Amino acid sequence: MYVGKKVTRVDAYDKVIGRTRYTDDLCDKSAYIARILHSTVANGRVVSIDVSEAEKIPGVVKVFTCFDVKEKHYFPTAGHPWSTDESHQDVADRLVLTERVRFYGDDIAAVVAEDEVSAAQALRAIKVEYEEYPFVLDVMESMKDGAPQIHEEYPNNILKHTTIQKGNYEEAIKEPGLIKVEGWYSTPTVQHCHIENFICYAEMEGDRIKVVTSTQIPHIVRRVVGQALGVDWGKIRVIKPYIGGGFGNKQDVLYEPLCAWLSMQLGGHLVKLDVPREETFVSTRVRHAIKSHIISWVRPDGTFAARKLEAFSDQGAYASHGHSIVAKGAGAFPQLYPCENVEVDAYTIFTNKSVAGAMRGYGIPQAMWAVECHTEEVAARLGMDPIEFRRKNLMPVGYTDPFSKNELYTDTFNQCIEKGMEEIDYKRKYAEYQNQTGDIRRGIGMAVFWYNTAVWPISLETSSCRMVLNQDGSLQVQLGETEIGQGADTAYTQMTADVLGVPLEYVHVVSCQDTDVTPFGTGAYASRQTYTAGFAIRQTAMLLKERILEYAHELTRMPAYNLDIIDGKIVRVTDGRELMTLGELSTEALYSLNHSLHLSAESTSQIKSNAYSFGCTFAEVEVDIPMCQVKLLDIVNVHDAGTIINPALAEAQVHGGMSMGIGFGLSEKLMYDEKTGRALNNNLLDYKLSTFMDHPRLRAYFVENPEPTSAFGTKALGEPPTCSIAPAIRNAVYQATGVGVNDAPVNPHNLFRQMKEEGMI
Amino acid sequence: MSSAQYKLLRCTINGKKVEKMIDVRASLTDLLRDDFRLTSVKKGCEVGECGACNVIVDGECFNSCIYLAVWAEGKEILTLEGLAGPNGEISDIQQAFIDEAAVQCGFCTPGFIMSATEMLQSGKEYSDEEIRKLMSGHLCRCTGYENIFRAVKKTMLRRLGKEAEADAV
Amino acid sequence: MYDMKALYEAESVEHAVALLVEHPEAQIIAGGSDVLVQMREGKRAGKELVSIYMLDEMRGVSYEADGAIRIGSLTSFSHITKDPIIQEHINVLGEAVDMVGGPQIRNIGTIGGNTCNGVTSADSASTLHAWDAIVEITGPDGVRRIPIHDFYIKAGVVDLRPGELQTAIIIPKEAYEGYKGHYIKYAMRNAMDIATTGCSVNVKLSADKKTMEDVRIAYGVAGPVPMRAPSAEAKAKGKPTTKAAIREFAKAVLEDINPRDSWRAAKDFRQHIAVVLAERALTESIRLAGGEINE
Repeated sequence: MYVGKKVTRVDAYDKVIGRTRYTDDLCDKSAYIARILHSTVANGRVVSIDVSEAEKIPGVVKVFTCFDVKEKHYFPTAGHPWSTDESHQDVADRLVLTERVRFYGDDIAAVVAEDEVSAAQALRAIKVEYEEYPFVLDVMESMKDGAPQIHEEYPNNILKHTTIQKGNYEEAIKEPGLIKVEGWYSTPTVQHCHIENFICYAEMEGDRIKVVTSTQIPHIVRRVVGQALGVDWGKIRVIKPYIGGGFGNKQDVLYEPLCAWLSMQLGGHLVKLDVPREETFVSTRVRHAIKSHIISWVRPDGTFAARKLEAFSDQGAYASHGHSIVAKGAGAFPQLYPCENVEVDAYTIFTNKSVAGAMRGYGIPQAMWAVECHTEEVAARLGMDPIEFRRKNLMPVGYTDPFSKNELYTDTFNQCIEKGMEEIDYKRKYAEYQNQTGDIRRGIGMAVFWYNTAVWPISLETSSCRMVLNQDGSLQVQLGETEIGQGADTAYTQMTADVLGVPLEYVHVVSCQDTDVTPFGTGAYASRQTYTAGFAIRQTAMLLKERILEYAHELTRMPAYNLDIIDGKIVRVTDGRELMTLGELSTEALYSLNHSLHLSAESTSQIKSNAYSFGCTFAEVEVDIPMCQVKLLDIVNVHDAGTIINPALAEAQVHGGMSMGIGFGLSEKLMYDEKTGRALNNNLLDYKLSTFMDHPRLRAYFVENPEPTSAFGTKALGEPPTCSIAPAIRNAVYQATGVGVNDAPVNPHNLFRQMKEEGMI
Repeated sequence: MSSAQYKLLRCTINGKKVEKMIDVRASLTDLLRDDFRLTSVKKGCEVGECGACNVIVDGECFNSCIYLAVWAEGKEILTLEGLAGPNGEISDIQQAFIDEAAVQCGFCTPGFIMSATEMLQSGKEYSDEEIRKLMSGHLCRCTGYENIFRAVKKTMLRRLGKEAEADAV
Repeated sequence: MYDMKALYEAESVEHAVALLVEHPEAQIIAGGSDVLVQMREGKRAGKELVSIYMLDEMRGVSYEADGAIRIGSLTSFSHITKDPIIQEHINVLGEAVDMVGGPQIRNIGTIGGNTCNGVTSADSASTLHAWDAIVEITGPDGVRRIPIHDFYIKAGVVDLRPGELQTAIIIPKEAYEGYKGHYIKYAMRNAMDIATTGCSVNVKLSADKKTMEDVRIAYGVAGPVPMRAPSAEAKAKGKPTTKAAIREFAKAVLEDINPRDSWRAAKDFRQHIAVVLAERALTESIRLAGGEINE
């Protein structure tokens, strides 16, 4: 069996010798180079664009402006499964180029040139005249009456407002003796910073359009390019090669429609659009900054009487993934610490800033920041140990969410917490770090999270798989669920080998998706792939095995029920005799003069279940008070993601998520100029992504409670590692100093401000 | 395009002497990727911040994006493609990246391996902090650097004959 | 591919001067880690470049006849850090430039480029200011030498006249002999970052190691160009190596420095950090010089 083993990544060898081809490596050098001209006002309308000087530059093929977009096909960009129910469809508010600009960085024109130098020169030579409108950068300001209107159809710039009501909050707070704990918590705008920027190229093949793109979601890109161009979806062919990271940014349709449109305007000529880092920061997608207001009414015994959350999510200029993000976070609130009386108000609000979309964790890192900072404060107010307080109130075993039908089957929270406490030596350190004085102080803190797996029942969950047997008994496996660096192809290889009964090396997962060839699947997001693809793989492998054994019956005259495939051989189970190899069978099947058969299988699994994934973070810090600096000394993540398919890759993936969480907690923040709306630090020098020297050793542990609804016992792990890191660090700083920073990140600027206010420096 | 200016460049790339007429405006990244199809040299920022385009020039690491191709005159350049032995056998550091699961999306991998190669060539034993510093010219969003650290440290210790210590990393 | 109008490659210092005279609009490019980045941004796009990168005569660290330390302007940061002369006499400079960017940047970046761009955050600049460095400039009229303080005119502007290039940085013997120093780079990350504030301090102790005979302190990002803090220096000179004296010295830097409010950091935050850095850098310098801090 391979599931559960530390199998080497199937793509590692090519990646360490430099043979792996990414989008740019595949693009023919005959490609025209496209560059985008972005708006330099935060809100307004393009009045005119003068391209005359730009088009005179040798090497410039043509400049296209928003006024050249004659057919206005508004399209949605979120990488969600399409809904045939109109009321459930994503907001279609984008055009390939727009004259109505809504953020500094909006797309108003595109240059196509023979080379990158002329393209850059042309961008500088274009003259734009705008009609400028007032703009708004802050969500709270944006909701006010009289704020600049960003989209006509959304009064007060509210894209959506949803509520959750449980019990009766207003009545419940009248209970005598309650302690009220209230706070505001905010998370900043951050960016994915995949090391490969967004890039795609397009050309026509006959009357069809081919787009090769660095995406997580090729089949969704096909649909959206079709919608954006007003072309039948079957005329679009999308190819996804290896990609240099995505983290949710590439779970949006970014510039594939524009690139395809440019190629179409140029008779189908090959056009490459390689988005520079600075533009990737501003004009692709960012994480929603969320401001949260939490009020808890607590009894002196440490139980909640009533709770309230208001969350205000900064959507930026266009709807993209929209309200889904804050809704996911808000949905977590009543479940993590259940309480009889809960009120939740979640708002998604447009501002004149970069568009917020999906990013690893999808609203949960923001929600866990607010909830777990707040939980720490509640425990402190009650004088209770923060872990004991959590244990008392966390989702109990047997808890079932009526909507998703997710259930907490085992005592996983306590198991994870105990493992984390033991690994970091929590009790001893917590006691040792109480009541310190001096300039340098240490602290230890923790936070918990839960996370859904996949998107059912909010959206469709489906996965299709094809397996095709070769002459030698090896097989190709194809899925629409993509390898984006996380190791999906290796997990699929292990699963297939186990179900079919073949050695690992027999399984060739086709890494590249081509929507003309690859079975339908919606791609990498929502930590769904090992869970959802698992169903399709098991079902398809079982189907293929049945067909192989039927054919083995023809060849051996043994009944199929007495046959099995073990280690790539047809075995008679009654006595264990190896009757033939799978290769012998497959060769015979293909070339048989009696009954030629290409053995293959293809099937779709629609998944109508979901699963809670759980875990926690423990962090130990040293705070240099005069320097306003936090040094992370130790960090431990513990996850229950069910059965771990590949412990080495699972651990590696947790490390990456932890790193992103460390940046979120300590250093990352994309800033905007109040006067212009321009991004200030949209480059890798000024945007403080953690470096090799900013981390301690990262420690990842697993508690494995197999998920009963799952095809392989597995559930979400891709996003969960990012969810509880930031509040755990913040809580450690709180223990060290008594300073509770409620506005992430806990960077020197914020620490200085707060310690100064509290008279510590 | 401004009037083109070309120059004959002579240098050694991955052990092979080459001569090429080059556009003086080219970066070393352009030269290696476009003229020699050495696509392990990646573009991640083009301003020397991410380290994805890192190559070794005369024994030292450089971000090839901010290195003019004309400066390669007379120099020896080593890219990831040049690390394998004569029969395609991969180096110990490449194998360690595989064994330690230090590779995820793979985009930063070539640059990291080249910095590790420079570090390991010194034959010195570095502290954990020194290893981190020597590798700090690269950004990675997938690995949190942890398994890259393990791969580099283990290879360093193994080259020094410290097998037991390497196993304990 | 960079958007440059033309590239002229200098084959010697004289040739470089001739090229600069011939092409007065041309920009000098040394390691290129600033110039090429600006060219890509569009700021210097379409410009002519005179490349001096291949001039090995401008590389290396050596002694001059009078014992001064001469650092060729093209010496890379990593070579300065590894250089035995630097390690022996002015190790703090090697440590300071070892905090620039990351390893690859330290291999391409040169001390000449770091000072000629006139940027206040340059990690070498505060240390060079604190060690009374002299800048050697070669031009059509020969060689001239000026104190580094005079070399900086304003943010981004240095005293390089038409046809001139910086060829060396010199640390006079009297400036280094008997001094020990420490540099603290205050940044948001431990690598690949620019200084929020940088502080370089050095001290010369009395023979009994109990008195600060001389103290010099310089900052990056405490004003538009790197600067000394003369009021603080005056406060410390001749004082005993006590905590109180160090604290008084550190507080006095606020009389000299003038950091600004920007999105990178607030003024009051930079001021606070400047004082902490002064205190810590002097404490460490005294320790390195063999002294003890007394109450």
